[in-house]
Amino acid sequence: MFFWILRRDLLLAARRRSDVLTTLFFFIIVVSLFPLGVGPEMNMLRLMAPGVVWVAALLASMLSLGRMFSSDYLDGTLEQMLLSPQSLPLLVLGKALAHWLVTGVPLVLMAPVLGIQYDLTSDALLVLTASLLLGTPVLSLIGAIGAALTLGLRGGGVLVSLLVLPLYIPVLIFGAGAVEASTAGLGAGAHMSLLGAFLLASLVLAPWSTAVSLRISLE
Amino acid sequence: MPTLEGIDLACIRGDRKLFSGVNFLLESGGLMQVQGPNGSGKTSLLRMLCGLASPAEGEIRWDGIQIRSLGGDYFGAMTYLGHLGGVKDDLTAIENLRISSALGGVDLDERKAHDALQHMGLGGRELLPAKVLSQGQRRRVTLARLLVCGTVLWILDEPLTALDTSAVKLVQGLIERHLEHGGMIVMTTHQEIEIAGAAIQRLQLT
Repeated sequence: MFFWILRRDLLLAARRRSDVLTTLFFFIIVVSLFPLGVGPEMNMLRLMAPGVVWVAALLASMLSLGRMFSSDYLDGTLEQMLLSPQSLPLLVLGKALAHWLVTGVPLVLMAPVLGIQYDLTSDALLVLTASLLLGTPVLSLIGAIGAALTLGLRGGGVLVSLLVLPLYIPVLIFGAGAVEASTAGLGAGAHMSLLGAFLLASLVLAPWSTAVSLRISLE
Repeated sequence: MPTLEGIDLACIRGDRKLFSGVNFLLESGGLMQVQGPNGSGKTSLLRMLCGLASPAEGEIRWDGIQIRSLGGDYFGAMTYLGHLGGVKDDLTAIENLRISSALGGVDLDERKAHDALQHMGLGGRELLPAKVLSQGQRRRVTLARLLVCGTVLWILDEPLTALDTSAVKLVQGLIERHLEHGGMIVMTTHQEIEIAGAAIQRLQLT
């Protein structure tokens, strides 16, 4: 069942490529504009790179949250999901994974290329990519809760940012912090462990609370 | 054989009471037609019966047990077709049918899905994306689920909207066969529907 949902969402994304590309281009544009706007001061760019890349990834992921459940809600598929004898948290996990594969993975793959503009060393690029790899699934999982809670509300987009931003901030701090720590020679291990812990915790808690929120939203 | 029972159901929307004191007992082979003017709470009642909403008062029992506490077991015995069909524009008719029946717990192979759509008069259109189908054809894709779901209880919200006369006959046939095999149906419709040899209960909401 999990794979059915995953396959379906990926198929839908493949037929609607513009939605996927919007997120990716947003990320690329924001990250690329900073060096142009700030100027070619290498030291400064190197310092701000992790923060800029992480903030852009966070905003890009938030940009696509609205679509996670809303189209299923509008055409009635979500009702079917809630009435499925299969476990709803598992379905939600499938949807969150599909969301990550479609929006998160392209960002992770683009990050090392974009990092070159900031004159990051190869070690720093590696840490940046690894931190995004651990952090972006957390963004999708937490985002799912917000998307489920604001389903069918007018102005849901603003509300969802208000709801999920406080939960995103720890991920942002430790994600960007990992790169800074590694360039400062402290090693990124501690930050990475914390990101991993966030991932595991959200993997367990987020699908379940999203399922509850969906039931409340559809009542 | 299971029964569906509603005891003293009430529905409140905002501060308006849509209905209260609704009682019924549906047994195997029975059809219950919910009637009432627009806005009388037919859809709200059906959403309660399938477990999407909870009643403001009273309780709904499947086989004597509250549906809330049954959860997945109840969903496995029931198929709900709401007035939103759950048909995805970007998927083909056959993909739509296979995915919605997988959600209902039945893994459908390509062949069976093809046959079901053929039966619903969509032969040759299985591979078209749903967005190019007409309203009536989309409805037929939704209704094709009834052919393959294998559940006892069907809850149908206006299943006949947008259908032409031949499709209405087809649905009528489906309903008759389901009732003959001991199934149960709760439905709303504004159209007159002739069901041969079935005990039809009418539930009037005002």
